[in-house]
Amino acid sequence: MDRRQFLQASGALVVCAFSPVSFSAEKGLPVPTDLDSWIAVLPDGRVQAFFGKMDMGQSLEVAIAQIVADELDVACGKVDVLMGDSATSCNQGGASGSFGVSHGAKPLRNAAAEARRLLVERASQELGVPVSDLKVVDGVISGGGKETTYAKLIGGRRFGQQVGWNKQVGNFMDIKVQAKPKAPTEYKVVGQPFERRDVAWKVFGTKDFVTDVRIKDMLHARVVRPPRAACKVRGVDQSSIKSIRGARVVREGDFVAVIAPREWDAVRAAQNLKVDWHWVEAPFPEMAALHEHIKAAKVLKRAEAAKKGDVAAAFVQPGVRIVEAEYHWPFQSHASMGPACAVADVKKDGCTVWTGSQKPHYTRDGVAALLGLPADNVRAIWVPGPGSYGRNDAGDAAMDAAFLSKKLGKPVRVQGMRADGTAWDPKGPAAVHRARAAIDSSGRVVAYEFVSKGFSRQHIATNEADPADSLVGQGTGVPPKPTQLYGHPEESYAFDNKLLAWETVPQLVDSCSPLRTAHLRDPVGPDIHFGSEQFIDELAAALGEDPVAFRLKYLSNPRHQAVVRAAAEKAAWQPRTGPAKTGKGQGIAFAERNGTSVAAIADVEVDRQSGRIWARRVCVAHDCGLIINPQGLRYTIEGNVLHGISRTLYEQVRFDRDSVTSVDWASYPIVEIQDAPEAIEITLINRPEVAPSGAGEPSIRVIPAAVANAFFDATGVRLRRAPLDPESVKLALR
Amino acid sequence: MAAFRFTVDGKPVSVNAEPDMPLLYALRGDLGMNNPHFGCGLAQCGACTVHLDGEPTRSCVMPVSAAAGRKVTTIKGLGTPEKPHPLQAAYVAEQVPQCGYCINGWIMTAAALLKKNPGATDAELREGLAGLKCRCGTHVSILRAIKRAQQSLA
Repeated sequence: MDRRQFLQASGALVVCAFSPVSFSAEKGLPVPTDLDSWIAVLPDGRVQAFFGKMDMGQSLEVAIAQIVADELDVACGKVDVLMGDSATSCNQGGASGSFGVSHGAKPLRNAAAEARRLLVERASQELGVPVSDLKVVDGVISGGGKETTYAKLIGGRRFGQQVGWNKQVGNFMDIKVQAKPKAPTEYKVVGQPFERRDVAWKVFGTKDFVTDVRIKDMLHARVVRPPRAACKVRGVDQSSIKSIRGARVVREGDFVAVIAPREWDAVRAAQNLKVDWHWVEAPFPEMAALHEHIKAAKVLKRAEAAKKGDVAAAFVQPGVRIVEAEYHWPFQSHASMGPACAVADVKKDGCTVWTGSQKPHYTRDGVAALLGLPADNVRAIWVPGPGSYGRNDAGDAAMDAAFLSKKLGKPVRVQGMRADGTAWDPKGPAAVHRARAAIDSSGRVVAYEFVSKGFSRQHIATNEADPADSLVGQGTGVPPKPTQLYGHPEESYAFDNKLLAWETVPQLVDSCSPLRTAHLRDPVGPDIHFGSEQFIDELAAALGEDPVAFRLKYLSNPRHQAVVRAAAEKAAWQPRTGPAKTGKGQGIAFAERNGTSVAAIADVEVDRQSGRIWARRVCVAHDCGLIINPQGLRYTIEGNVLHGISRTLYEQVRFDRDSVTSVDWASYPIVEIQDAPEAIEITLINRPEVAPSGAGEPSIRVIPAAVANAFFDATGVRLRRAPLDPESVKLALR
Repeated sequence: MAAFRFTVDGKPVSVNAEPDMPLLYALRGDLGMNNPHFGCGLAQCGACTVHLDGEPTRSCVMPVSAAAGRKVTTIKGLGTPEKPHPLQAAYVAEQVPQCGYCINGWIMTAAALLKKNPGATDAELREGLAGLKCRCGTHVSILRAIKRAQQSLA
């Protein structure tokens, strides 16, 4: 039973102080100022928490249940978290920025605390026992020899309580309540290793992915993406698919799709359709010259994100020694496990869309804008998709499905083929990272400069709320509106003079580009720290100092120092002042991300013949403040380590002058199980006194430099261009 | 178009389709099953893996005609929550899947591998699972789960 059904069905239960449910009469849409939009107690005492984010398998769902259970004093197993449905949850921004716990849990915690306060007060009145004499154990309120339950007090009915709202929509949405949430010292459920709720059904195949959503009379569609990067449609030969049962073409502007009642027929129609494309010649540089292109390109925007002292002056002090290096990072693809899928059902005055997009509330807004409907008339329902670590192809699939359903007047299911998820997803941006430092005669680093120059990480926005940020929008003539944004290293190295800056360069193709960018897990974090944390090792090497000791000497934040020490201890780090060059090596990297500190030490083995690098063991020390669920946290870090290894060693989007040529797993290789580490050893530093920061992404950003630094230790050779694939390794060791 | 008869998870079925239509579309489209998944359509990832007469097979490239008269087993036929295959039980115990979309490939391939070689070493497991993709990076826990299942099978 979903919230709406439950609330409607329970409307007849009119008792005591809490008003009867009249959800449907109020149009049914949750608003942040209404406590009932966040939490409900069912007639059987189960609790529902309505969460405007979602969990793609990293334990967020159970973490939210733990937090709500603790505040309400109910068993964790009694709390159901309803996620990512725009009809039952407020727009908390979807999955974003590793904010699920750090920000997403806040209004749920407040709502649960407020619900408990109201229920205990009500119990006090009904039982005639002062609040101070009442205790709550698993939803049973007792004291003075009397007792009642949450279910009796409110099961199936509304709180009808207004709460304060900070007027934020998205990640930072929060509410203000009269209740005071518990202190971390009172937590019983938070901090325990509860199991996830989405494991068993995935293992037994008993629930649906978004690819499994089926609607009556649904048509299957395939979007026909252009064969080259900058194409216009001159004509479509409808007769080329006339032998396929029920297959039809839908075209508007440069957007072309085929539909058929049976999925296989849609696939065949897409393969067979003849389109007369007109293209712009060679909009891309030679792939081998990509980074030269970036270096020569004009700067669209420059930001000096961190500035301390007088860097320019420090570099020209007499007697200083300059160390400099340049690092290259490629375009990378989300290449999610399956190409995206969505189902849309557009009716006369509204639309329902089932989507794997990790930001379904924004999908609702985008679909509404695309169809010219009020946002309230669109319902976006998140259903688990084939993974997502940022803005992959899911948003485009949802917009495509809505567009086609409106055109055809029937429900439409869109799923991509492999190339749609690899060649046509939004990309992580390629960039050149330049680092420079000045060392004085005493061996002290007196100036440090790190400048990233590359494509913006936001050619399209982080969500699909605006059709300008979708392929169907751009293909039908909506002008793109890219944002210029990159990033900088996050650390606390106390160099006297420091400049951290970034510069963006123009897009290669303005509209419908297969190299358009959007956020990819830890946006530009692995990219930047691949350079910045290798450079720290290069400085240590220039000074003949141990990389761990060198970091500890300059890191000024005790939490930063603590993760470096913990990783070194776990990895049995032996101080070194130069590379071992034995074919086996150890390398460290450290970084912060929005308050989370992480250090990783990789042990690698290098095969000079094959060029293979095997990160045999990876030790990670991780401090994200208060830990909600240590088990889930460990698995999330393991996933980050593997994703990081994959992006460091194998992943780069290939292209020629006209098109992206990474179209499948052969042309976009990722980590294979042969190359998975033998051991990932994780040290979790729990700080109950510190509010939780994120864990979904921070640990990926240290992996590239840890591996590259270990490669240097193993070989004495620096690899400053990612990926460190076998060809690059063989070339470097020749 | 022709009718092709085979069994799926022990039940006889008949599918009317072009002989070259991949088995995956018969399972998902004609038979309305939710497993296996479409991942690549190129036999490069494993998300569509089923057993054909006990052998792991990429249903996204296997023509439906090739299944005629044979036994197809999906992950649902391998085990159930009430009677899980040891690998499924181990997967739950080790909390392996994250997005979970790749799971058919790993479990169906490992199940066939363990049947032939219950005591497979770490190296043999890695070799036997070569080519399967997992985008969430659960490889280390996949190996943990298979080793746990090996213990329960021993």
